[in-house]
Amino acid sequence: MADVSQDSGSHKKGDGKKRSKKASTRIDFTPMVDLGFLLITFFMLTTSMIKQQTMEITMPSDKKVTEENQTVAKASQAVTLLLAKDNKVLYYFGQAENAQIIETDYSATGLRQILLEKNYEIAKQVEDLRIEKGKTKMSDEDYRKKLTEIKSGKNAPIVRIMATDDASYKNLVDALDEMNISSISRYAIVDIDSIGKEIVKRQQ
Amino acid sequence: MPKVKVARKSTWVDMTAMTDVAFLLLTFFMLTSNFVKKEPVSVYTPSSISEIKIPETNIMTILVDKSGKVFFGIDGQNNRQQLITNMAQKYGVTLSEIEIKQFTLLDLSGNPIGAMKTYLGMKTEDRDKPGNNLGIPVDSLDNQLRNWVKTAREINRESRIAIKADEDTPYPVIRTVMKTLQQIDENRYNLITRLEGGAI
Repeated sequence: MADVSQDSGSHKKGDGKKRSKKASTRIDFTPMVDLGFLLITFFMLTTSMIKQQTMEITMPSDKKVTEENQTVAKASQAVTLLLAKDNKVLYYFGQAENAQIIETDYSATGLRQILLEKNYEIAKQVEDLRIEKGKTKMSDEDYRKKLTEIKSGKNAPIVRIMATDDASYKNLVDALDEMNISSISRYAIVDIDSIGKEIVKRQQ
Repeated sequence: MPKVKVARKSTWVDMTAMTDVAFLLLTFFMLTSNFVKKEPVSVYTPSSISEIKIPETNIMTILVDKSGKVFFGIDGQNNRQQLITNMAQKYGVTLSEIEIKQFTLLDLSGNPIGAMKTYLGMKTEDRDKPGNNLGIPVDSLDNQLRNWVKTAREINRESRIAIKADEDTPYPVIRTVMKTLQQIDENRYNLITRLEGGAI
């Protein structure tokens, strides 16, 4: 890589006069480029460009809820999901005693379909709102306000998510994700009750 | 036919422009980078459609791996120093200056407080070996995670809790972690997920 000085040999012409040797002003940049790219490589490999995504979740407090504070859900609004093993979900509407228990999965045609159907009105309103936001210049704050309003509507379904011991973390996140997709804001992760256990046992 | 004389060209290439580009990129990467956190176990998070980004600061991370081992870490070296000092005091463990210093350099740690001294005395490369990370005990008899979170909360009021767990983690482990947080009134937290279809 060494540069051959361009005026080397000029002194050979020797006309007797002593000339100060003109050094080239060119500097070989190759090592500097090497260094530059080495550092780039290092930074490229050690950085995490993608920030991690997160799902926010609020759990009910552990404190006992007094009778009068307790909200009683209408049976017609209630949906119970039982996350069973092998990526299966069992669900029923209303109360377990006289409900039909159906098995489904986490795919777009499975659980999502059911929840969207159950939450049809609200999902439609949310969709309308989204379109409206695109057309008019609605501020984000307004949008969020209206969204919460729609989601907490009177007829919104209430979903209880009960996971069995055989379920994996992925199942839980998938179920929570479906809540977000189908615009259900009222859901809770609850411990599986004896009825739920019974149902899962029966289905296997 | 006369020979065609090929003009000899200098092989010199001007590297200045290339240097410019290289250093421009370097500057960009240096300014935008935030380093990948070193995790003692590799965890493959489940995917979701959520697009909320997790903040870099004021965060406590609870990492749960496939086998159900629990790790805990907070950001900021000063916070970590306070955390380990307080925890050592609570459990009556004496740690030397060097061991405390070692702890502040860890993004996440997962050992019972009793084994912490041995763990911090290890060489860095030995720490990730299987068997050296026992996981923080979360069972009801000796729930050290609760104290970790509690102590971290005392140090930093503002911080959020993020749970990062492997998608194959059995649900009972997650439930225990969630129950633990519920016991100390930490009812709002984040579940770290990967973007649907994303690589990481």
